[in-house]
Amino acid sequence: MDDVEAVLAAAFHDEWGRIVATLIRTTGDWDLAEECAQDAFARALERWPVDGVPRNPGAWLTTVARNRAVDRLRREAVGAAKGRAAVDAVEASMLPDDPDHDRDGGVTDDRLRLVFTCCHPALALDTRVALTLRTLTGLTTAEIARAFLVPEATMAQRLVRAKRKIRNAAIPYRVPPAHLLAERLPGVLTVVYLLFNEGYSASSGAELLRVDLAEQAIHLARTLAELMPDEPEALGLLALLLLQHARREARVDATGDLVTLEHQDRARWDRAQIDEGVSVLEAALRLRHPGPYQVQAAIAACHDTAPTADDTDWPQIAVLYGQLAVHSPSPVVELNRAAAVAMADGPAAGLVLVDALDERGELRGYHLLPAARADLLRRLDRTAEAADAYRAALALDPPDADARYLRRRLAEVTGP
Amino acid sequence: MRYLLMICVDETVDNRPSDATAMSDDYAAFMAEMGPRGVLQGGERLHPTSDATCVRVRDGEVLTTDGPFAETKEQLGGYFLVDCADLDEAIEVASKIPGAKGGTIEVRPIWEMEM
Repeated sequence: MDDVEAVLAAAFHDEWGRIVATLIRTTGDWDLAEECAQDAFARALERWPVDGVPRNPGAWLTTVARNRAVDRLRREAVGAAKGRAAVDAVEASMLPDDPDHDRDGGVTDDRLRLVFTCCHPALALDTRVALTLRTLTGLTTAEIARAFLVPEATMAQRLVRAKRKIRNAAIPYRVPPAHLLAERLPGVLTVVYLLFNEGYSASSGAELLRVDLAEQAIHLARTLAELMPDEPEALGLLALLLLQHARREARVDATGDLVTLEHQDRARWDRAQIDEGVSVLEAALRLRHPGPYQVQAAIAACHDTAPTADDTDWPQIAVLYGQLAVHSPSPVVELNRAAAVAMADGPAAGLVLVDALDERGELRGYHLLPAARADLLRRLDRTAEAADAYRAALALDPPDADARYLRRRLAEVTGP
Repeated sequence: MRYLLMICVDETVDNRPSDATAMSDDYAAFMAEMGPRGVLQGGERLHPTSDATCVRVRDGEVLTTDGPFAETKEQLGGYFLVDCADLDEAIEVASKIPGAKGGTIEVRPIWEMEM
């Protein structure tokens, strides 16, 4: 019985998105697709413990879901020509020789059509995330609502509106053509990365649920990398998530406080995941078309492969932040570059960059700027100025964990 | 002289089913009166603003956002009625309207009615 449940859970993980994606293509009906997929898994839960697990669970589930869709469409069609066309399409999709091939003769995985449709820029960002989770990973509306801390009714409404807009505004169910792909791909990757980060912005109560979001994001990133093996940024994103997630066990202490990289217990890092992340990154870099996810993955790899904090290749990280600033210029990236330069070339070199950023004023109100200044001044033994900078950072109302760190440092530099 | 008559209504009050394809009695009566007079040159019902998409072009980049046009300092200055394959094509056409540079093009699907 436990075995059956494990097989079923694995099949759900692997097959849900595939079944839903194909049924949406063949029926054009998002709700019907979800309901029929749901029915197929419910039926498996009923039959498999009695009949045994079928030799090919995925094929069994797909067939049951499609039969269910055909039944329902037939019942609803009652002779209407449009309904009959839909029935024909679903029935055709059951044949091994699926007619929906691309013009170039290849077969597009329906999950790729689905993810590009869910992440269409005409949908709001939070809607894209929710719809992607519901249709591709099969999380229930209640689970998604809990993960994003909104009432279930709100989330249900958001999903209903999204599906209605896809239908009414005729958002196409397809992978964008080549001339749009470069423009659309980053939007898809952003949704997955946002999901991953959401998994980490855990408030203690929701923590367990949210770590699952990070796992779901990795699952999605893996699917995207598999479906678009020639897109270096899709590989770069997967590498980045793996290399960050590998540190999950070491990033919070027993009291729930964040542990900075240099103080993390590296023995608790997930070696297998680091190795996988590095090899995915290498595959991405071989395509010779760098982008922001690949650069961020390379930075994460520098940290993950350093045996100790002192062994970190800071000059390399400083160079990588410089590249990142070219791909996606932002003052936050500049601040990180300044911190890396300070580690590579000494606090004085870092301080020059931080002061320049401070003068530009783009990060006004961002507590990490005076916090970084304070740390550099402290390391230069300019304690009075460091104390002022710590106070300035604290005055900007930082999150609790950051405030505790800043107060501790302030006490150090003002202490006896 | 031709005029554009804009029908502005509270969407939350309009509670007809979203799959309705028949005209309501009051609009049918309006059409029955104005049709023979020859004043009507066109007119459509639109899907609600929750199905709207805004298209702007800034620095040569097409920016697409969910939802209706909500800027109060910009006002309706004209319109095109287009027949496109899907929303992607509609967005592409919208992005080429000169007003998309600096202004906003709201793309609203037409609610197809059976006449």
